[in-house]
Amino acid sequence: MRKPLAWLGQLLAYAALMAFIGYLSAAPAYTPFDANKAQLKLSFRHSGPPKVECRRLSPEEIAKLAPNMRRSLDCPRERLPVAVQLELDGKVLYSAAIVPTGVWRDGPSNSYVTFAVAPGRHRLTARLRDSRRADGFDHERSADIVLAPEQVFVIDYRADKGGFLFN
Amino acid sequence: MVRRFAKQLFERTERVFDAAFSPAWNPFHHLGALGWYFFWIVLATGIYLYIFFDTGIINAYQSVDSITHGQWYAGGVMRSLHRYASDALVVVVFVHIAREWAKDRYRGARWFAWFTGVPVLWFIYICGISGYWLVWDRLAQYVAIETTEWLDTLGIFGEPVARNFLNGEALSDRFFTLMVFVHILVPLFMLILMWIHIQRNSHADMNPPTGLAVGTLATMTVLSLLFPALSHAPANLDTVVTSVNLDWFYLSAYPMLNVLPGRWLWAAFGGGTVVLALFPWLPRLRRPPVAEVSLPNCNGCARCVADCPFEAIEMRARTDGLVFEQEAVVDAGNCVSCGICAGACPTATPFRRAGGLVAGIDLPDFTVATLREQTLAATANLKGEARVLIYGCLQGPPIERLAGDSVGTVRLRCSGHLPPSFIDFVITRGHASGVIIAGCRPGDCHYRLGGQWARERFAATRDPRLRARVPHERFVQVWSGIAGKRELERALKQLQARLAGLGLYRRAEAAPAQTAVDNA
Repeated sequence: MRKPLAWLGQLLAYAALMAFIGYLSAAPAYTPFDANKAQLKLSFRHSGPPKVECRRLSPEEIAKLAPNMRRSLDCPRERLPVAVQLELDGKVLYSAAIVPTGVWRDGPSNSYVTFAVAPGRHRLTARLRDSRRADGFDHERSADIVLAPEQVFVIDYRADKGGFLFN
Repeated sequence: MVRRFAKQLFERTERVFDAAFSPAWNPFHHLGALGWYFFWIVLATGIYLYIFFDTGIINAYQSVDSITHGQWYAGGVMRSLHRYASDALVVVVFVHIAREWAKDRYRGARWFAWFTGVPVLWFIYICGISGYWLVWDRLAQYVAIETTEWLDTLGIFGEPVARNFLNGEALSDRFFTLMVFVHILVPLFMLILMWIHIQRNSHADMNPPTGLAVGTLATMTVLSLLFPALSHAPANLDTVVTSVNLDWFYLSAYPMLNVLPGRWLWAAFGGGTVVLALFPWLPRLRRPPVAEVSLPNCNGCARCVADCPFEAIEMRARTDGLVFEQEAVVDAGNCVSCGICAGACPTATPFRRAGGLVAGIDLPDFTVATLREQTLAATANLKGEARVLIYGCLQGPPIERLAGDSVGTVRLRCSGHLPPSFIDFVITRGHASGVIIAGCRPGDCHYRLGGQWARERFAATRDPRLRARVPHERFVQVWSGIAGKRELERALKQLQARLAGLGLYRRAEAAPAQTAVDNA
């Protein structure tokens, strides 16, 4: 026969387990993002141009290739980075040259970055370069936007939909 | 130093739990079994929830809400049990790891259970995190975005996975189907790993005792009724999540993503996992020689196989031409050199004279013959009527300081290392008036089953049995563990007081009830 004190001890142990699990399974609350801010999210998947232009092979070069591998053009796979710039109210918020993905750097350039910004009215400009030019940008879109607190504003780039998309 | 402190902490805490729960129900003695138990609860409640769960961006939240509120008495409780048992699983697993480390039960031949247990941690977390995803509330939104952003830092995906959560339009129902698949498939792999984890343990403890099982289930159920698991508001990808009630057992790494680069965290967790898996070799245990079989003395009785706690012995066809069908063969990779096999061997008796004392299976560096010599040496110069010999296992209470004019001591690898015939030998041959065996607390044997087998042998319910002719008032068992010095001193004092009136054994003595002292 177990003593009453032992039963009480068990009860206390179970109560402690219950309190420990019950509390930490949903508390304390965590604040991952300031409720008085809005979020800008820049994300796109876009390919830059090949780093080197295709070159026509000479007949001698073609002859050196295995018969089943012969081709008239040599097109190296590597692509150039895609340059992107984000400007908010005339100040550069983000500027980066995004390297292509893939072991041979021949995949699209992927971007996914977020920024916490003050809510309210803003002038937003997004620029992108996907050519071989050394500076400047090939695509640009500007808009006046009004951000509410906690709002997520997405900036995407879709060549098939005409360029930058602001949502 | 740290480990010694941790070991003492566990030892003292467990003694308190022994008093409340009894050693048989002590949850610290069944942490692995409790892990299995919580896994089964999670599985059973998960199957129930799956029946009513609907995948899809809107359907997922609505179906969980319906389960929680529409049938709070069944589905709601099941959902809460599902969560709380998952949390309890994390708790017991980490305490299990800490305890095995503190008590140094993971090195040498025991590396296998440790090594195979480490990946289970990843599976537990994948299951838990993917489960939170399925509810598709604000917490799920936070978990989904943080997880995919974190995964993207690995740079192994062709397209950022987090782009799936850019906004409501980007999200696909198929993603939920994938997550359900992950949430169901991963536990199945985990089950296989858990099964592998216990493969080198014989009589693996997979079921907690009924009392403990009922107590924990009742606790989880009461918790579920008092504080049911509830959803946050529905996910909305057009707004950012600003406050969440995290399940800190599963999601405590996520706040770190706000302050540390994701790749650092991957490196920390990946590196931490590798280091943890390599613990059994940091540093490597100096292993004593493993048990050896002496075929001329082995009659193939298989008692050593039945008693080995680590599946280190098997019976094979006889190779030496003797009339017996089988012989014992030791798997050196599994043997922890505990000597429990020698304690089980019927030939390991100090009464043997013909051909010297060589057991059928024995420890080369601590043979039964050595044990006999140490027994004789420890008792040779004892004086007085109340002469006591104390056999103590290496993990039991300290015995050497108790040695004196009337008290001799002999250290064993494990209490199961002692053939019961030694107690008979010491008492009935008059080497001492009484014997004490001091070992680990019940349920906490360093070699898993040595203490249990020893108690059963002394109670004559397991072979080799302690002979009935041994007067049990002269034999005391003290199962008080390494911190049980006081219990041992008290038992010695009581035994010596009793022996003072008895003196050395006389053949005419009867055998009354045995005296057992433990920390209960």
